[in-house]
Amino acid sequence: MNFKKLLQLAVPLVFAATSAFAAEKPEKLHIGITAFLSGPAAVFGVPAKAAAEMMIEDINEAGGIGGVPLSATFIDEGAGGEALLAEYRRLVQDEGVDAMFASISSGNCNKIAPLADDLKILNIMWDCGTQRIFEENDYRYVFRTQSNATPEMLSAVLYLLKTKPDFKTIAVVNQDYSWGRDSWEIFSTALKTLKPDVEVVAEFFPKFGSPDFSTEISRLLALRPDVILSTSWGGDLDTFVRQASQRGLTNNSTLVLPLAESSLERLGDALPSGQIVGTRGDHYFLHPEKLSDPAFTGFVEEFKDATGSYPIYPVYHMSQALNAFKGAYEKAMEANGGEWPDKEQVVDAMTGLTFVGLGREVTIREDGQGVEDQLLGTTVNSDDYDFATLGQIMIFDGDQITTPVGKVSADWLKALNPDFIDAVNVDTFEQ
Amino acid sequence: MNIQLIALAFFDGVAYAALVFMVAVGLTLIFGVMRILNVAHGSFYAIGAYFTVSVGGAIFAAGYSHWLAFPLMMVTAALVGVVIGGPIERFLLKRIYAKEDVLQLLVTFAVFMIFEDVQRLIWGAQPYFDSSALTLMGNIEVLGISYTAYQLLFLPIVAVAVLIGLRLFLRKTLAGKLVQAVTEDREMATAIGIDADKVFLITFVIGAALAGFGGALASATTSVVPGMGADMIVLSFAVAATAGLGQVEGAAVAALLIGLGRSFAVYLMPELSVLVPYLIMLAVLLLRPEGLFGKQQLRKI
Repeated sequence: MNFKKLLQLAVPLVFAATSAFAAEKPEKLHIGITAFLSGPAAVFGVPAKAAAEMMIEDINEAGGIGGVPLSATFIDEGAGGEALLAEYRRLVQDEGVDAMFASISSGNCNKIAPLADDLKILNIMWDCGTQRIFEENDYRYVFRTQSNATPEMLSAVLYLLKTKPDFKTIAVVNQDYSWGRDSWEIFSTALKTLKPDVEVVAEFFPKFGSPDFSTEISRLLALRPDVILSTSWGGDLDTFVRQASQRGLTNNSTLVLPLAESSLERLGDALPSGQIVGTRGDHYFLHPEKLSDPAFTGFVEEFKDATGSYPIYPVYHMSQALNAFKGAYEKAMEANGGEWPDKEQVVDAMTGLTFVGLGREVTIREDGQGVEDQLLGTTVNSDDYDFATLGQIMIFDGDQITTPVGKVSADWLKALNPDFIDAVNVDTFEQ
Repeated sequence: MNIQLIALAFFDGVAYAALVFMVAVGLTLIFGVMRILNVAHGSFYAIGAYFTVSVGGAIFAAGYSHWLAFPLMMVTAALVGVVIGGPIERFLLKRIYAKEDVLQLLVTFAVFMIFEDVQRLIWGAQPYFDSSALTLMGNIEVLGISYTAYQLLFLPIVAVAVLIGLRLFLRKTLAGKLVQAVTEDREMATAIGIDADKVFLITFVIGAALAGFGGALASATTSVVPGMGADMIVLSFAVAATAGLGQVEGAAVAALLIGLGRSFAVYLMPELSVLVPYLIMLAVLLLRPEGLFGKQQLRKI
């Protein structure tokens, strides 16, 4: 018997042996998704839910995951932390879901991550941005399928320094809650490291959900800072931008709005040209590298037809979470010799997984954090759309701007130096 | 802080106070007459805003003049008062006037919660915005700072007009005098033949209409979002309590005090700006538990 024949006999035997450990293929894969369906953050949760339903239908039409169809149950994060945790437990323990996608709010992610490890349930943090999760703790069952606040803020600083290198003064108007405070902490730390001579002339943290920014705007009109940062979102951002542009604040100051991709369509012509807009990743319905991809443009059109609006970043985040979930099962199945994997094998497969949602490739690092490139642009008002679109688009390489494994963002940012601005890989798209 | 900044903070404070007054005065009027703290007042405000924005948006999209925004606000106020306020007083509140205060509070709170969900059913979770009225009036340059004429002039003028109008109504018209009589002493008023039920209904409709009008006016300046009613009811309660519940003129003074306090805080100590209305309320109530203009109540046995 020669070696080749031996192999031909041995390989199936080995597979037969491992398949003894394979889990039984279920009738369906059931996931629980937490999203704000009420409250102010429903501006993110409602489109994401619509997207999840469309995408799950598409996945099931194409044969599901390894032949198993997918179904989802949604939990409203707007019901509050206690109710969310109770519902989360119920879905995991009573309904026996195969994975949880949680959540939009960073506060909720902080509470859910340890719970997921306790319950030994695969938890995909599909939208929340706090960088602390994996910097301060280790989790086996928790993964984030997109970037976090650090690369999002750092890329905004880099874009600003590349496009407006000579500015002198900056002011901030952020919502008064953890995201508003934390994002300013990261942004200002990075800015002070990369451009130490910038002066911060005002820091405003108006109440979350504030209906009126007139007083802040009067103050800013008098101060005339070169740049005004706002990481606000939803109704707060809309109100601020409208009141600011009505009173000509943008004549002397450039707005830097890292979350404004999600407000572009609602703002219509209220957002003037020349303001810097971020997308929390490379999420944009006119993504310059995806415009020739029929799968991308087809989805954008389908989503617009179904919901009346263009997709915004939570929709892209949802596609990443679902594709990561699908990718992990497929990877685990392959590692399992084509047999259905058990839940632990799927969790193992998440680390090092590379997948594509509706943007560039994302990779999950060994600490569970996804590495995602960042797209930013400057607003342009044209005749093609009745709202501002992005020009002068830059996409920053996620590897270089994400805090390395094992480091804490604040320390890592402070250790950078101004040469970093030119050292980062960036693709620029003139449109 | 130089004279320019003081002037700017003053303008901002007045504009803000005007809007808060519109809502708080309705709340305090209803309390004065009916002795009910109407939490659902916040819903009337929010519905006024939603209605103005969505109907206005539809009218302007159909190509009609943007000046219609102003009559639309009046129509909104009337609709909120008559179509929503009226039935609530007649079919719900009327049944509970004799009940305990806590129960009355809970009932209006329940109405508020129901309306929150109704709003979400009708308008969803997305923010609405229509600033036609504000854009039409243009901007005014004061001390080198650009203000919208709508906020700097129009809102304060409307607020003063409402204040004078209410004052004249209460002091000079028969209906107003009846309202005052019931406010002073309901039993005596009923005994001499005043139809208290009718007075209650009129008061509640006017109060609700004022809240709806406040919402309509605010809608031109802000994003209309879920939860706006809750924020406003808390703030207008602070105004009403500072003034002394039931005091119409007091509500104007308290709104001005709180508006100015807030805007000066934004200039001097932005971190405190959220707290300022409540600090003012606390300070006033510590010194005068019945509010700035409230009267000591005599308890009848």
